[in-house]
Amino acid sequence: MVYLDANATEPLRSEAREAMLAAMATTGNPSSVHAAGRAARKLLEDAREALAAKFGGRPSDLVFTSGGTEADALAVHALGAGRRVIVGATEHDAVRAAAPNALMLPVDRDGVADLATLQRWLSAGPPALVCLMLANNETGTIQPIARAAALCRGFGACLHVDAVQAAGRMEVKLTSLGAHSLAISSHKLGGPPGAGALLLDPGISAFTPLIAGGGQERGRRGGTPPLPAIAGFAAAAVASSHDLSPLRDTVEAAAIAVGAVVCGAGAPRLGNTTCLALPGVRADAQVIALDLEGIAVSAGAACSSGKVTTSHVLTAMGLGPLAGQAIRVSLAWNAMETDVAAFAAAYARMADRLRKALAPRAA
Amino acid sequence: MDSSTVAGLLHEAGHEVIGVTLQLYDHGVAIGRKGACCAGQDIHDARRIADHLGIPHYVIDAEQRFAEAVIRDFANGYAAGETPVPCVRCNQTVKFADLGALAQGLGCERLATGHYVQRIDGPDGPELHRSADPTRDQSWFLFATTRMQLAQSLFPLGGMASKQAVRAEAERLGLPVALKPDSQDICFVPAGNYADTVVRLRPDSGTAGDIVSRDGRLLARHDGIARYTVGQTKRLGSASFDGGQRQTVVALDPRHRRIVVGPRDTGTRTVHLREVNWLLQPVEPMACEVKLRAREAPQPATVVAHAGSTATVTLATPALPAPGQACVFYRGSRVLGGGIVRRDD
Repeated sequence: MVYLDANATEPLRSEAREAMLAAMATTGNPSSVHAAGRAARKLLEDAREALAAKFGGRPSDLVFTSGGTEADALAVHALGAGRRVIVGATEHDAVRAAAPNALMLPVDRDGVADLATLQRWLSAGPPALVCLMLANNETGTIQPIARAAALCRGFGACLHVDAVQAAGRMEVKLTSLGAHSLAISSHKLGGPPGAGALLLDPGISAFTPLIAGGGQERGRRGGTPPLPAIAGFAAAAVASSHDLSPLRDTVEAAAIAVGAVVCGAGAPRLGNTTCLALPGVRADAQVIALDLEGIAVSAGAACSSGKVTTSHVLTAMGLGPLAGQAIRVSLAWNAMETDVAAFAAAYARMADRLRKALAPRAA
Repeated sequence: MDSSTVAGLLHEAGHEVIGVTLQLYDHGVAIGRKGACCAGQDIHDARRIADHLGIPHYVIDAEQRFAEAVIRDFANGYAAGETPVPCVRCNQTVKFADLGALAQGLGCERLATGHYVQRIDGPDGPELHRSADPTRDQSWFLFATTRMQLAQSLFPLGGMASKQAVRAEAERLGLPVALKPDSQDICFVPAGNYADTVVRLRPDSGTAGDIVSRDGRLLARHDGIARYTVGQTKRLGSASFDGGQRQTVVALDPRHRRIVVGPRDTGTRTVHLREVNWLLQPVEPMACEVKLRAREAPQPATVVAHAGSTATVTLATPALPAPGQACVFYRGSRVLGGGIVRRDD
């Protein structure tokens, strides 16, 4: 199988596997006073320090969560208390569902947030929490976070950044972005699923947890942390950082050659991600046809039922019917040229067959 | 259970099988529970069976097409004074047209379904026949399958002698759903109250009007033509009897929101059809048996085909066909074709 769905989950990095195996051999709860507890706590704090250093924050401001979704929900819950919430129209459901009554900040045709509108909204009304993702999961479009953060700070607003797809694939530093919080997920950067983190700006003091429990994570997230997952998370983060854009460009050139349109092509994008619309061919048929050829890609947001729905991201970008005709190709950290060649051949066959079969027939 | 058994049998026979579940409507909306998963238990079960068989399984979102081609057509039919058959529309559009095209695009040679009909290859190509088990026959609902679609189709359950036989096959294949209840009549209507669904989409079909005799005398009032069908004897109130005679609905007049009743022996021998599909080259006039309702014995008739996919049926004995229902032509077990009963305006 050729795995081109890294934005769904990355293959586990060997560094992460080794760190997890070591952690699994450690019995102990980081909250315990005895030697076993101390050994566990050392693992936990080593991981915390490594991740904080990697993503430009202080270890004491890093809150471990179960993953990206929880980190986003926690940020909205803790930073959004008493504030109106503004979310980008292409945000992930992790954010959208956490702020169901939020104002939707429009994006342009490449998926870039409209900062002029944000400025207008921030200049009037009560203090806000703004949620913008660093890189979009479907298109890879990178948002102008540093500019958005400057705007937010100028108007006394908080900025939460979902960096789940960006982390490990581009330079991500909380300090240089200027955001108030950053959500990161382990399995999107080659670690295991089951761990994530919310990295906070040192200035944030008041913080109400979603889960209080036994007061772990300085009272910001209760529950015994999953040490093996966290150790794998940190090891993967340290090992990460690859520029896959040359391979991605080859994927795009092959698809464009048979009639595909690249969504968000005008914006700066993540090096591993491309969103390819094939005019007139429904996305689910493309994903199935490629799967039957042994190529794993995805389309839109797959609901838990497995049905492929029209992408809210591409709809927000104003792509109209193309929003239901696009697939996402996302290269894994270990992608090779042979993967790309296999994709190019399968894509051309798929496009040819499906266009013929699904072309509108005379009634 | 039916499509799982089909998948299991074909897989066992050595074919490369791809499982597909059509997502036809939002399950949460249909059962009226907000926040319920968009998928029903069916999708979960289908996936587990595909896992068990080791075949791929996909969910195809056909909600929009189903809403337009089936649900809206259903509501519009009632509002126009007809009694539509949504299963015919679904088979005709979502299943055999759309899914058939997709199957072709994916390089599949056949589209196999759990329908209870038989495809028998005759001298002039594939023929559509009733199922071997007369109690489960679905051929009436499949008359609109075109000859090209039929050539692409397989109905592995059509030859099974009984429900017990299918169940036994499912059990033999180790499929875990052999005891599930049969699917209900109209899948998208919660709790069987179709009129509420129709009125929600076409409020005009729920407005009150008159129930009149054939000579125009006002006998009673009704609460919307969506609740009536030709041949119906219920919900007539004081119009149930006229001149000491038990009455039945003989016509619906949507323009004047009127329901016309007449004695139960009212009938016609001439039935006009539209959207006629032929599964053989028709000879004229063609003697055959026709079935005007899903659960009704076939009766002798002759059919004359006309241009524009229309036909005229002459029944041997008068009957009371309901516009919008299917009239399917049979010779013995074979389906020769069929059409939709037209309103006589």
